[in-house]
Amino acid sequence: MKTLSRIYMVLVFALLYAPIIVLVLFSFNERGSLNQFTTFSFYWYAELFRDATALGALKNSLYLAISSSVLATVIGTLAAFGINNLRSRYIKTVIRSVTNIPMMNPDIVTGVSMMLLFVFASTMPFLPLKFGFVTMLIAHTTFNIPYVILSVLPRFAQMDKHLTEAALDLGCTPAGSFFRIELPYVLPGVVSGLMLGFTLSLDDFVISHFVSSPDFQTLPLYVYTQTAHKVKFSMYALCALMVFAILILLLLVNFAGSFNLGKSKVKRKPKTGVKENG
Amino acid sequence: MVKKIVSLCVIAVLALAMLCSCNAGGDSVTLYVYNWGEYISDGSEGSLDTNAAFEEYCKTTLGKNVTVNYSTYASNEDLYSKISSGAVSYDVIFPSDYMVARLAAEGFLMKIDPAKNVENYQYINEDFKNLYYDANNEYSVPYTYGTVGIIYNTELIEENEPDIGSWALMWNEKYSGSILQFNNPRDAFGTAHFYQGTSANSENEADWRAAQELLKKQKSVVQGYVMDEVFNKMEGGSAAVAPYYAGDFFTMYEENESLAFFYPKEGTNVFVDAMCVPSNSQNKDLALEYINFMLTEDIAIANAEAICYASPNRLVYENEEYAAGMNEIHPDAMDILYNYDMEKMEYFYDLPENVRNLQNELWEELKIESSIGGAVYIICGVIVVALAAFFIIRAVVKKKKESAM
Repeated sequence: MKTLSRIYMVLVFALLYAPIIVLVLFSFNERGSLNQFTTFSFYWYAELFRDATALGALKNSLYLAISSSVLATVIGTLAAFGINNLRSRYIKTVIRSVTNIPMMNPDIVTGVSMMLLFVFASTMPFLPLKFGFVTMLIAHTTFNIPYVILSVLPRFAQMDKHLTEAALDLGCTPAGSFFRIELPYVLPGVVSGLMLGFTLSLDDFVISHFVSSPDFQTLPLYVYTQTAHKVKFSMYALCALMVFAILILLLLVNFAGSFNLGKSKVKRKPKTGVKENG
Repeated sequence: MVKKIVSLCVIAVLALAMLCSCNAGGDSVTLYVYNWGEYISDGSEGSLDTNAAFEEYCKTTLGKNVTVNYSTYASNEDLYSKISSGAVSYDVIFPSDYMVARLAAEGFLMKIDPAKNVENYQYINEDFKNLYYDANNEYSVPYTYGTVGIIYNTELIEENEPDIGSWALMWNEKYSGSILQFNNPRDAFGTAHFYQGTSANSENEADWRAAQELLKKQKSVVQGYVMDEVFNKMEGGSAAVAPYYAGDFFTMYEENESLAFFYPKEGTNVFVDAMCVPSNSQNKDLALEYINFMLTEDIAIANAEAICYASPNRLVYENEEYAAGMNEIHPDAMDILYNYDMEKMEYFYDLPENVRNLQNELWEELKIESSIGGAVYIICGVIVVALAAFFIIRAVVKKKKESAM
């Protein structure tokens, strides 16, 4: 049974990572071919850094991912705070389900409806909305918010309500207690929401496809259009670089996560002690 | 505190909006060009960057600051959805023939009268004027054209194979398991239509049913239905016969010199990708300037060399240097690209809706009836059973443990 489960594990990992390994391997192939590996070289990487369009798209992607995830994190955290403090349990459930809908919605529905909304809005005389960065930012922020709420809300729910009450009793303003008590407590959730939003926005294709304009092309859109004819090998190099970047980001998040967990564990101990006494 | 946050947010949003509007403004004009991916000489691998050359040309000759905003699409249908949604406006687009017809019929194209307004239009081959999609040459200027032929591997196909030169090669049982077919209904049914001698634009249901019969018959000898994978399969020699575009044959030939190409004697498909100006273009004059620039000798040759598809531009195919360069890639390159019988070439029209539906229906039928279809159900069944068994065993083990405790 043990060897069987090991074989199973190896199989799963092989299937998961084989495509990525092939991609990374052949991005170093000097001759642009998938059939035989000739010489190890950085030729396609050099070619990639000469490709101004791809680099521009990468810059746009990063720019959009950072701004939309930060914006979504701010809005989502405040929303989670509000939802958590709702008195009526019924309304709470309703609002939670409503915020989940954009997440469950197929991307294509979100994309098309966003596009229709923007087309409609741009016909309004007092709204100078042009397709481009602004529409992309609105769309990406919109689909990021539910994920942020999803990752922040449980932290709020876990939190001991008496902590805030104690702070208020001791003369802290509500805003002060938000920044000094609640925010530090939910910070791990906020960070993971931010990371989630960042990666989701970075690799979103479907929604971007509908709300983008030629002024603002992101990387997934650019790579997709390459498939009309033979995909350039510099795209392999680009994907390999992105795999490495994501890997590093994941490692960082994991380290940060374990660090935070250790800290909060230390914090929690005296708290439970206080509770038992009370 | 809350007020502060709110005001900070408002300021940030306003600043962002300002930033965006600043970017959009400026004294230079932006020309929006929307082309197929990998369909221009863009400066990669030491070629000429045509868009930069156009900007330079505008600056020196016209005295205008022009920025070319060049973006790409992957299919005619993508282009159509972008243009028809009206979300964004482009100045120059490159639809294929049937899409020119559809866009023009629905009023999305501007009448540009290239014969009058585009100086270099005079160099366009007469074969590519007054075609079905633009009978009076009002909307479009041909950019490239392509033809479908059969690519085969001379090491895997016998030298004196009698089927060479005919679509029959794709139905030959001798090469069972190494034949590739197009993975889209229009092209796949096209091959069957040509083979059985009916028009690919036929509106007769019997023709389509007969074509499907042929494809069904072919299915047992076909290795797979592919589009882009054809490059790797043919280059690597894992397939022996595939129908594909003449221009792409050269790309494959560079990797594998035992590949060869022919036009089937029964006839085959030809398409034209043309330059058009959408009706909501903001810069018609500049767009025409761009189209004209694309037809100048140096630029057109650079593009033709980068894309490897045939050019309808006399300045290109009558240029000796270009011909020599192409023949260096493949000894018969000029012959393959420019010397064929126009009588046997057929354009794929935009099918009427009922025919298109019939085609898609027959295609689905063909694809679903595959040998994989049965396997999928079996695999799904096995997975479901395995999962059920797993949960049952786990529940039993848990119960045992609990009772043991």
